[in-house]
Amino acid sequence: MEMEHTNFVYDLIGTNTIAYILLALLPMLFLLPYALVAILGELKISAWIQERLGPMRTGWKGVLQPLAEVVKLLQKEDITPSAVNKPLFNLAPFVMFAGAYAAYAVIPFSSVFIPSGINIGLFYVFAVSAFGVIAIVMGGWASNNKYSLLGAMRAASQMISYEIPIAVTILAIATLAGSLDMQTIIVKQGGGFWNWNLFGGPGGIAKLWVIPFTIILFVVYFVGSLAEINRVPFDIPEGESEIVAGYHTEYSGMKFAMFFFAEYSNMFIVSAIITVLFLGGWQSPFGDFLNGPIWQSLWFVSKAMIFVFMQIWIRWTLPRLRVDQLMHVTWKVMLPISFVAFFAVALWAMLSV
Amino acid sequence: MKYFKDIWTSLYTIFVGLKITGFHLFEKKVTMQYPDLVHPIKDNLIPLNSRNRIEVDMNRCDGCGSCARACPVNCIEVDLVKVTPGDDIPLFYDGKPRKTWVTKYNLDFAKCCFCSLCIEACPTQANRMTQEFEYAEYDRNNLLYMMSPLTPEEAEVKKKMWADYSAAKKKADAEAKAAAEAKAAAEAKANEADKQ
Repeated sequence: MEMEHTNFVYDLIGTNTIAYILLALLPMLFLLPYALVAILGELKISAWIQERLGPMRTGWKGVLQPLAEVVKLLQKEDITPSAVNKPLFNLAPFVMFAGAYAAYAVIPFSSVFIPSGINIGLFYVFAVSAFGVIAIVMGGWASNNKYSLLGAMRAASQMISYEIPIAVTILAIATLAGSLDMQTIIVKQGGGFWNWNLFGGPGGIAKLWVIPFTIILFVVYFVGSLAEINRVPFDIPEGESEIVAGYHTEYSGMKFAMFFFAEYSNMFIVSAIITVLFLGGWQSPFGDFLNGPIWQSLWFVSKAMIFVFMQIWIRWTLPRLRVDQLMHVTWKVMLPISFVAFFAVALWAMLSV
Repeated sequence: MKYFKDIWTSLYTIFVGLKITGFHLFEKKVTMQYPDLVHPIKDNLIPLNSRNRIEVDMNRCDGCGSCARACPVNCIEVDLVKVTPGDDIPLFYDGKPRKTWVTKYNLDFAKCCFCSLCIEACPTQANRMTQEFEYAEYDRNNLLYMMSPLTPEEAEVKKKMWADYSAAKKKADAEAKAAAEAKAAAEAKANEADKQ
């Protein structure tokens, strides 16, 4: 089935070049304040978990601390070591950020706003997320530093391995929803939280048997997404205690800030994808209650921010995995389990048509 | 079966850890905002091995220089002069008369390594650690503490007084000695004459 989705920018100023440029810049308008909030969240939550207060001196209770950190990073000297491969070294942070920002093209913030309503949204997100691997390998190789190279190699092996269970999960949801279009997947989950894909998608009492499998897929996707964006406990590419700082050892100033910014941007993307896939995207949890276009964006962002919070919470709880444990988790645990869950979900999708 | 049990254990333990950190998230914070709130010192007692600003009680110090010799970084300089007889006699903390004026007691905190060896070395327990730890200065010279009870001028006066007195005494001694020698020589001569 084909669904037509309107975009409020097109409705306002028509389908022209200005509208396209505006659509390309709108996610940035969200991303910049989000990054500040996420950095503050990281600082404050890490402090509170350790029973500290965190930054308290910049502004009221230290709320301006992320701004101060950004200004500090901008002011820092931009060092390019003499032994690096200059073009690759300078390009890597921008490739990283371009990959992170490109994914925002298909993030549906509301039923009337998705920067690009392409019908292969999920596939597109999956494709551009591979940019991160390229950028990390570029940066690690160009740095001409053994630690950087080790970090880049670890990042490449880890991200490629974890993409497979994630792909199987996305495939399962695509099968369940019958579409790769973000808006279609979300629209199908409408009508209350019991219709979310986390609870087996829409369906009668018969869907009960598939709920465990969708929850397993949800867990697999969440764990895989942590590894995909190099968050703790899967931060072996930048394990400070082992390989200095991994692929960004040689980076400083603005270029390091780009890596940093891309990491926070990626955190939101995977949270947004998990929201779209399992938690009904912009759908209100209570059917048509508070389900207007503005409310929808609020629901979407708050659902995604819960997962950003979860990522920060997990970061300050779990220790880092060893490389062999990491590979064990992905190849021997997540992959077979996601296959089984995929099989079950596919069976359900086939039977319920 | 071990396979599923391991998966369950790892998931379960993750949630245990999340629960612990989640509770800590809302617990009372232990941080004290230092310059605004200072941690109270319990019972007004300093901890045994705390290292703070050193205070010298000049009523106890008799300028023996044990601290200066004990100091591994030579940050203490002590100088003293004897009390001239006839001058007003200074008293110790316990009312006993003292025999010396401490004309110089310079403690250079810029050099101090807080080993507290001077405190152990002091025979009269004049040196001690205080509870004061906020004494940063913008100028290094402000860290040179001059603790002598006398001003430099007074110290000069006392030194001159003792020098004059000792010179006069030396002179008197020399005269007395010369007189005694002359007398002895005369007696010896007389004895010799008696024998013969």
